[in-house]
Amino acid sequence: MILEAKEIFKTYKGLNKDLTVLDNINFQVFKGEILAIVGPSGSGKTTLLGLCAGLDNPTSGTLNLVEEPISIMSENEKAEIRNQKVGFIFQNFQLLPTLTALENVMIPLELQGRAKGAREKAKDLLERVGLGGRHHHYPSQLSGGEQQRVSLARAFSNDPEILFADEPTGNLDEETGLIVENLLFDLNKEKQTTLVIVTHDLELANKTDRIIKLKGGKIVSDQSIQSASIV
Amino acid sequence: MKWTLIVKTAIRDSRKDRSKLLLFMSSIILGVAALVAINSFNDNLVRDIETQSKSLLGADMTVGGNKPIPDLLIASLDSLTSEHSSEVELFSMSYLPSKQESQFVRLKGLTGSFPYYGKLITEPVSAATSYETGRYALVDDGMMIQYGLDVGDSIKLGAITFPIHGRLMNAFGSMDAGTSFAPSVYISGEQMLATELIQPGSLVNYKNYYKIDSDIDLDEWKKERRTQFRNESMRITTIEDQRENLQEAFSNLNNFLNIVALISLLLACIGVASSVLIYVKTKVQSIAILRCLGMKGEEAFMVYFLQIFVLGALSVILGVAIGSIIQVILPIVLKGFLPYEVKMTISSSAIIKGLLMGMLSTTLFALGPLLGVRNISPLKTLRISDDPVKADPLRWLIYVLIVLSIAGFLYSLSGSFIDSGIFTLAILAAFLILFGVAKLVTWCVRKFFPRNASFVFRQGLSNLYRPNNQTQTLIVSIGLGTGILTLLFILQGLILGNVEDMGAGNQPNMIVFGIETDQKDEMEKITKSFDMPVTQHVPVVTMELSGWQGRSKKAWMQDTSRTARRWAMNREARVSYREEMSPDDELIEGSYTGVYNEGDSIMISLDQRYADGLNVEIGDELIWNVQGTIIKTYVGSIRKINFRKMESRFFILFPTGVLEAAPQFMILVTKSPNKQVTADFRNTVVKSMPNASVIDLGSILATLNDIITKVSYVIKFMAGFSILIGLIVLISSLFLSKYQRIRESVLLRTLGAVENKIYKINAVEYAALGILSALTGIVLAVVGSYLLAKFVFELDYNLSWWPILGIFVFIVALTVLIGLWNSRDVVKRSPLEILRNV
Repeated sequence: MILEAKEIFKTYKGLNKDLTVLDNINFQVFKGEILAIVGPSGSGKTTLLGLCAGLDNPTSGTLNLVEEPISIMSENEKAEIRNQKVGFIFQNFQLLPTLTALENVMIPLELQGRAKGAREKAKDLLERVGLGGRHHHYPSQLSGGEQQRVSLARAFSNDPEILFADEPTGNLDEETGLIVENLLFDLNKEKQTTLVIVTHDLELANKTDRIIKLKGGKIVSDQSIQSASIV
Repeated sequence: MKWTLIVKTAIRDSRKDRSKLLLFMSSIILGVAALVAINSFNDNLVRDIETQSKSLLGADMTVGGNKPIPDLLIASLDSLTSEHSSEVELFSMSYLPSKQESQFVRLKGLTGSFPYYGKLITEPVSAATSYETGRYALVDDGMMIQYGLDVGDSIKLGAITFPIHGRLMNAFGSMDAGTSFAPSVYISGEQMLATELIQPGSLVNYKNYYKIDSDIDLDEWKKERRTQFRNESMRITTIEDQRENLQEAFSNLNNFLNIVALISLLLACIGVASSVLIYVKTKVQSIAILRCLGMKGEEAFMVYFLQIFVLGALSVILGVAIGSIIQVILPIVLKGFLPYEVKMTISSSAIIKGLLMGMLSTTLFALGPLLGVRNISPLKTLRISDDPVKADPLRWLIYVLIVLSIAGFLYSLSGSFIDSGIFTLAILAAFLILFGVAKLVTWCVRKFFPRNASFVFRQGLSNLYRPNNQTQTLIVSIGLGTGILTLLFILQGLILGNVEDMGAGNQPNMIVFGIETDQKDEMEKITKSFDMPVTQHVPVVTMELSGWQGRSKKAWMQDTSRTARRWAMNREARVSYREEMSPDDELIEGSYTGVYNEGDSIMISLDQRYADGLNVEIGDELIWNVQGTIIKTYVGSIRKINFRKMESRFFILFPTGVLEAAPQFMILVTKSPNKQVTADFRNTVVKSMPNASVIDLGSILATLNDIITKVSYVIKFMAGFSILIGLIVLISSLFLSKYQRIRESVLLRTLGAVENKIYKINAVEYAALGILSALTGIVLAVVGSYLLAKFVFELDYNLSWWPILGIFVFIVALTVLIGLWNSRDVVKRSPLEILRNV
């Protein structure tokens, strides 16, 4: 088991009353699984992703990520876990605007202290996503699709055990989205990574092994894809 | 910490954004440059005061007073050294027969080989020693140029006409403004008596110059004999005293420059804090990404701290270099203003102080906003959200360190714990008041919101309290900047105005003194023949205080617990008597007694400062020695003299009926319509009564005006730094606002708001912010300047509102203009482009 959520609650303090965004969430993700979290806007998808990836803390409940109790870990300890074992892909790419494509991909490796060989590995990954000739371009010099491909290369650069993707194709047109989607699944297959995708895109969700459906902060269904294809 | 990565990331991250730190760098550069230039100047001035004191005094020690040194003291002085010179000095009219002109001069009769240090520089050189061998005069070079005199011409001093033996190129022992308006004339001591200018009641100063070869500690020697000399109204001046006098003479300039240095640095620090805050805001997303990828909070903080620290250090070094260059320019600015040539050299202590203070203040003020980097959540990569404000003990530590460093800097300037404490509290109070005003404004706008106003007005005003509002940041920074700038302007105006006021309007401009009682009518006749008014024609009797409150002056002098001030006790009193108090004086206590009736007590009137100096009150007894006759009086009233009036002012006024028979002379105050009448009047008076002296206040005021012009030039030059930094702070504060408002404006535009409307909404918001912050800053400056004028500079407080109104309009206009300029981005570029990049 690579991710386990037990009795997760997330509540925000309101002026008059508290707002519960996640209400008693329980699920487990196993190594190598490809999972989609779907649901309408405001159902708590992104909040759940943030909690699972160690970007935020639950109000109550336990979260174990790569066998580490991240819900009780300090921010620095979580940062260590993210750097060593987690990869991210964001809807709005989130590349560092002042770094070149190559440097953006190198960053997770350099953060691990693996400066040696980082450049070569980053170059290989950029090559793999089809941006071999764009090493020294800044994000502002790249199209949306290209930026997301750099983001993919960065996400896999630290050989993560689990990858979190937040609407990875949400900002892209259909054609470019398909290219990025295929790249994501191909790379995931190659690297044998566990993949958790938050998406609105039902076609994308249907390409995963399992779909968790959220509504009003609660899990309303959790089914493997053979029985849960959503149309 | 992964230092290599931190350094690498810091370099990479900064390379595209270094221009964003230009405001930060320029604040530091200017602040440090001002600090170094001012400190260097002060250091050079103090150092030169040390080295030049000896040659300015011309001897190791002088002893002087307004009577010849008593034999008893001569014996004590002779035991110290055998080498001394003597000088008799008086102010008198001189007449230049070849030019038929007269001039008020400072006449010195010298005996002995003074000066012992430095040289009396004359043209021809030989005249410096040969003038003492006969009836010769050395005349100030400036006066010779003014009247077109040549060596060989003559000058009439009292009863004697002297050939001019040489031009006097320098003067010793005095550096007061008197040298400027009464040029020096040197004759030998023997000849002084022959001029017959020394008469009973004449204002004569006697001075002996001593050269001491032994290793005796003169200040110790002076300390032991001070009381003895004081009892005889003799003043001892050593080189150390001369140094202190010089320092005191420049203390006001020093105080002002130090305040300019502090203001420059404070403004620079506000600039640092605002620009770093802007920088951090632009970096939030990058920081969140780095955190998301696994960078620890402390490491992310170090990345940005390193950038700021390195650029800050470069700016400090650049500032030090510029400050050092500026002080090379200073001698040109100050030429003719200082009593001697100050050699401007690079001051290592000023440089070290600049480097330390620059780095310390940059680091501390940058740390405030930078600490927030540690707490930027990686969650921001997923959604834009406000981080909950966490109580950060480190932030409080930084605030405490900032307060301590301000207090420390102030202490290094003032040397007084109390003064530096008061100033630090004042600065803190200013911050708190501005913060309070901002809170109040937000509350008031929300509470009393004009719901029926136009959309533009409502939208602009509501920006003052909506989430992400910039009301507090801008009111504090613009308000403080405006306050400091206004304070500087007010102080500059007050210092200059206080001196200028003395010569303004229809005030009298000529004083004739030394008139014998029997010449009174003739003097009035001469005055009226020139159609000039007799504003004042009063008798003067010189006397000495010999005791008060039942004790002799000697007993008071020996009492170490006394509170009476030395200057008040030793002052040679020049007293007048009159039936009525001058209308310009203000009666503070008691009642003025104008006429003495036989058998009554003699009730006199004292000036408030003199009464305070002696620590006497209404009803206290005062005993006077009026040239041998002892008179017992009582304090009947206490007045406040208007020192801004040019009439002769008397600390002590007697009633009529007491002093009429005492030896006395008259003073006449009048007003001349123009220079020609002044010259004719002066010549007539000198010819008919050589004993009388005419002081032309017009020429004194012209000299003062010249000095003021030079001082104001220096002040403006220095204040220019602060003003420049203030503007940079203002600009950086407003740039800060750009990042807060741009998204709202873009959305409005996307929703169909036309250009004009966006500009108007922003104009309403910025105008409200500008008006409120400028107003608060100005109120603070007025209060601050009043306190500084009263307690530090001891100036009369008279505000000129026009420049303040000018500053107000300027700040509001600048705030609105920069605000609108910021909106250009929104209006000129496509909304999508901005929405993608914000």
